[in-house]
Amino acid sequence: MKTNNLSNQLTKLTFTIKGMHCASCVKILEDSLSKVEGVSKANVNLATEKATVTYNPTKVTDQHLQSAVSSVGYQAVIKDEMEHEDAERLEKQKELHDLRNKVIVSLCLGGLILWGSFPGLMNTAPALLQNFFLQLILATPVQFWAGLTFYQATIPALKHRTANMDTLVAIGTTVAFGYSAFVTFFPQLLTPYTLNPIPYFDVSTIIIGLILLGRYFEAKAKAGTSEAIKKLIGLQAKTARVIRNGKEADIPIEQVKLGDLIRVRPGEKIPVDGVIVDGESSIDESMVTGESIPVDKTKGDTVVGATINKSGTFVYKATKVGQETMLAQIIKLVQEAQGSKAPIQRLADLISSYFVPVVIILAIVTFVIWYDFGPNPAFLFAMLNTVAVLIIACPCAMGLATPTAIMVGTGIGAEHGILIKDAESLETAHKINTIIFDKTGTLTKGKPEVTDIIVLDKLEQYSSSGAKRNREETILKLAASIEKGSEHSLAEAIVKKAEKQRLTLSRVEAFKAIAGFGVEGKVDGQKLILGNRKLTSKEQVDISDKLPTVEKLEKEGKTVMILATRPHTLSPNPYALLGLIAVADTLKDSAVEGVKALQNLGIEVVMITGDNKRTADAIAKKLGIKRVLAEVLPDQKEAEVKKIQAEGKKVAMVGDGINDAPALAQSDVGIAMGTGTDVAIEAADITLVNKDLRSVASAINLSKKTMRTIKLNLFWAFGYNIILIPVAMGLLYPFFKILLNPIFASIAMATSSISVVLNSLLLKRYKL
Amino acid sequence: MNPDKLFVTISGALAIVFTYWFFLMRNEKTVVAASDSIDIAVEGGYSPEVISIAKGKTTKLNFLRKDPSSCLEEVVISEFKVRRFLPLKKKITIELTPKKEGEFPFSCGMNMFHGKIIVK
Repeated sequence: MKTNNLSNQLTKLTFTIKGMHCASCVKILEDSLSKVEGVSKANVNLATEKATVTYNPTKVTDQHLQSAVSSVGYQAVIKDEMEHEDAERLEKQKELHDLRNKVIVSLCLGGLILWGSFPGLMNTAPALLQNFFLQLILATPVQFWAGLTFYQATIPALKHRTANMDTLVAIGTTVAFGYSAFVTFFPQLLTPYTLNPIPYFDVSTIIIGLILLGRYFEAKAKAGTSEAIKKLIGLQAKTARVIRNGKEADIPIEQVKLGDLIRVRPGEKIPVDGVIVDGESSIDESMVTGESIPVDKTKGDTVVGATINKSGTFVYKATKVGQETMLAQIIKLVQEAQGSKAPIQRLADLISSYFVPVVIILAIVTFVIWYDFGPNPAFLFAMLNTVAVLIIACPCAMGLATPTAIMVGTGIGAEHGILIKDAESLETAHKINTIIFDKTGTLTKGKPEVTDIIVLDKLEQYSSSGAKRNREETILKLAASIEKGSEHSLAEAIVKKAEKQRLTLSRVEAFKAIAGFGVEGKVDGQKLILGNRKLTSKEQVDISDKLPTVEKLEKEGKTVMILATRPHTLSPNPYALLGLIAVADTLKDSAVEGVKALQNLGIEVVMITGDNKRTADAIAKKLGIKRVLAEVLPDQKEAEVKKIQAEGKKVAMVGDGINDAPALAQSDVGIAMGTGTDVAIEAADITLVNKDLRSVASAINLSKKTMRTIKLNLFWAFGYNIILIPVAMGLLYPFFKILLNPIFASIAMATSSISVVLNSLLLKRYKL
Repeated sequence: MNPDKLFVTISGALAIVFTYWFFLMRNEKTVVAASDSIDIAVEGGYSPEVISIAKGKTTKLNFLRKDPSSCLEEVVISEFKVRRFLPLKKKITIELTPKKEGEFPFSCGMNMFHGKIIVK
């Protein structure tokens, strides 16, 4: 917790200290903290394990305090992220409050001056308001109190020989105010120059009021661009119900240690990442992964911190805490992406670095040309047009055009489980015209599953009922019983299916695994074999009747296991077929739609796999993928990506981010279907934590929309300055007698940067 | 040409030359080498403006914003993917561990004020 003591600019900070165990720790810590330059007082409380430090924030940072604590062997837990957000929020609130007051005062005073000085309007104003001295009195606080911020920014900038928008406003309004003050005090000095001695206090005050009003709205709108990060930070649970030494207690989340057992009740937030050790529940992970349907979890399943436990109570073991949790990783990634720069910004960067000096030069040129060649009163035309040029120029819009859109774009992505590594990836993604999907684990679930059970004639003797379902169960039960002792992945799929259907498996005798063929054993006195076609031909099982079915299944990319029996081992009778079980790596639910969505975007979809061509083709056919790269070894994937790039394509590679890291790195945009682990995030440009294949198209669409917004922003920002600066210089005057009043210039300037921010915020309306 | 117009023209030309020289012909600022940590004042720009840090070593950049201008409220070091809000009159530390040598610019959020980090 942090409090500010404004009277002497000291700040008080209370934070948790880990590793304290005795009273001497208190003294050691207090001494160490007090020695930090800028710390005036340090109190450490053993009972609460907290330190309260009073310090000068201009000298001491959180890191200094953390270093002081760690130097004596303890750990300070300063919630830097939250504190930082709080500090920013408080300062923004104060800034908005100050701005609002200044805007109200400036526009009220400016309005009064305008009433008393604007031709046509002034006749209705009281005589007092038409008095130049009163106007000077009203304009002075606007210029030097409300407008102080422009001077405060200009003077130090000039010391560095740099200039920004504040410099232009300060020069522009000072010229208008200075001239008006001069006219007020020395009107007689202007008469010889055929100048009507009229001040322009309305110009200086209204400009300041309107520009500050623009800043007020801009600050409000800008806060919306970083909303996603604030939301993510806000997701973090505050406490955890930890079971230590058989006792349960709610403790602050910072004190949760690796290996702690944590109980989570229905409706509660899961505090940190971990693995369930007892109980089961349905968990809503939408806030972190973007996955909209609650996921059922039971013992052995992983849970993610900041997600919501919907139904049951469970106990889990903390496996990741603090900055290691998935939420912390996501926050870090989004923050980094928002700090990165898109290549498209380079031009804006280059122009904005020359912009202000060039505008000052143009303002001088405007003054000289109007003074030398303008109509009478030339000086007034020259001055007002110079002020208009200085005021209308808006470098801010150029500076805001790209980063605001990137912030909103990456934020929307994060809210939907699409994590974008940096602005460059977001920019490149919109150019992608080919996407290569790794098959196993990306398009498919990566774990074989039983897909078909086909019952054959000889089964009646094993089944008490003739119902198809029961006969299928019998096949599955026999196959699972015999496979239980096998470690093969296909066997695992069969046993898992039987367990899922809660079948009771029979005891197996004389089990034998025949490598490359299958397994054999005795169940209920019957000799059974289960294996591939090589096994049936070895055992001389006649499968000719069912060969078309076997081949059909194999063409679909499935592995077919044949179950056959004979009454007993020594029986002279040949084996009789019982049934077929087909096992295959099944497609993910979102695969078909995901591929179709990309094809609808006009993107060519390619599948890459180590599988044989027949299996690969079968899967590709189901997905509607026309180009298949089969029998590619893992280390050749990178070369295949290069080959497609050599065709002139912009390639994105979608993989799991762990096994195919080199191919992801080689592609123009590497997309990992990950869980937000460090490895996957490191390798990929875009990580899809929601594991939904439709998100690949969503990510490309998001990139297209963001780039469109950026281009529109830049077009607006450049176009605005390119068109309106010459208008303010008076370029249209010789042809149409059009000049830009400095007050209108300030309205245009204020709306220009707001419109860029608002346009970026419009991205939020885009539905992923 | 009237004398006053001549005067304005010559003054204008001089003012243009001065503006060009003042803003666009600045000498490269002195490079300040940072050891473990360096304080950077944020006031109308960055002081020091050019900082040299060592490759592979963690250096703390302590930014202290004294300038109320909202232009300087954020610092962006894009090469290191950093965009940080700088509260007024509160020191904010940004730790950098550069992995490659080179010159990397940093700027305010609106890219009006600039500085440079040289990694050696």
